[in-house]
Amino acid sequence: MAVKVYGAAMSTATVRVLLCLEEMGAEYELVPIDFSTGEHKSPPHVARNPFGQVPAFEDGDLMLFESRAISRYVLRKYKSSGPDLLREGSLEESAMVDVWLEVEAQQYDKAISAIYIETVIKPVFFGGVPDEKVVAESAAKLGKVLDVYEARLSKSKYLAGDFLSFADLSHIPYTHHIVAGPQASLFESRPHVKAWWESLASRPAYKKVTTGTPTS
Amino acid sequence: MVVKVYGKAQAVCPQRVMHCLVEKGVPFELVHVDIDTMEHKRPEFLQKQPFGQVPYIVDGDLELFESRAIVRYLAAKYEDRGPNLLGRTLEERAKVDQWLDVEAINYNPWAFPIVFNLFVLPIRGLPANKADAGAAVDKLNKVLEVYEKQLSKTKYLAGDEFTLADLTHIPATRYIVENCGLSHLLDDKKHVKTWWEDITGRPAWKKVMSFVETGGSNYSP
Repeated sequence: MAVKVYGAAMSTATVRVLLCLEEMGAEYELVPIDFSTGEHKSPPHVARNPFGQVPAFEDGDLMLFESRAISRYVLRKYKSSGPDLLREGSLEESAMVDVWLEVEAQQYDKAISAIYIETVIKPVFFGGVPDEKVVAESAAKLGKVLDVYEARLSKSKYLAGDFLSFADLSHIPYTHHIVAGPQASLFESRPHVKAWWESLASRPAYKKVTTGTPTS
Repeated sequence: MVVKVYGKAQAVCPQRVMHCLVEKGVPFELVHVDIDTMEHKRPEFLQKQPFGQVPYIVDGDLELFESRAIVRYLAAKYEDRGPNLLGRTLEERAKVDQWLDVEAINYNPWAFPIVFNLFVLPIRGLPANKADAGAAVDKLNKVLEVYEKQLSKTKYLAGDEFTLADLTHIPATRYIVENCGLSHLLDDKKHVKTWWEDITGRPAWKKVMSFVETGGSNYSP
């Protein structure tokens, strides 16, 4: 039975889970949740995700939320049919994956999500105008984070080591949107970050999830 | 060789790591990092933790930072001793991961400005943003209402056993309850209150608190 992802295409967290499903060649069904009607706060959805957020994930009797937790589950469940993105066979390697996953959630996201909200969500969903001061401040913060990434990626091919991992892929959802806009320069101007991003963006799973409707 | 934890004993994130070490009966050395004189922002420190935060640990050849990653590593490395902090089956592990992420992404963003504005800044005699703290209190209260529902179904967040998902909440929440005058946030929720009393009553947590109080630097089980 195919697993179900309850989410939305514009939800970066939903995309994170879809990427992992695609990387592992898993069968899934994307059930759209309509934010414009407040469906995410409706009782049926809150029963799936008590914070009224997306995504939620259903595999038989198991219902999960939090995209990185769902992703870890998917990467473990389907581990024989795709790349080893968690490296749980090695204490040291999996620890490094966890370090850079935390960096993504705690450092990277805080800066980049603000840019996404101002430059994509506000105009597209609310017909609003980006607050340029917030964008500039967030871009400066993101630049500082990317300086750390540039130093790291000059020492190892990927974030957790010389192997691609979920820590790298977890960066894709927000970054995909930001490199389409003026803040792309933050990535272009840092050669190792730029090469790292281009490597991620060349993956078939990335293209499948970001250019069309994912098929089950 | 003993695990070294670099940080300040009173800081939330080092306490999270120390608690995990004590739960697993692992000896460690706490190497003091002088936050007050900005030691964590100096070049030598940034070589080890490039974001200028505490803690980082050194375990033999391995150097790690981000306390939630560190506790995951310790829980996996010492899987065979002490309480099972990660879950056993695919489903249990997913539930632990889920609530670990809830703490990081839905709880901590509100817990942090409360502790920072109502405790940390006043202690340093610096002006605090009461409005930020107030808004965070409202948000945290809503999150705790979700916890109340969950804890009416399971004894701990991820199921019927204490796991990392409960552990990561303790240090910041203790400051909220004991130093910010906000104990009612937990006390007025029956299951949250029971959960809180249970997890802070754990011998390992009490050992961490007494270690911090006595200003210790070497812990042995």
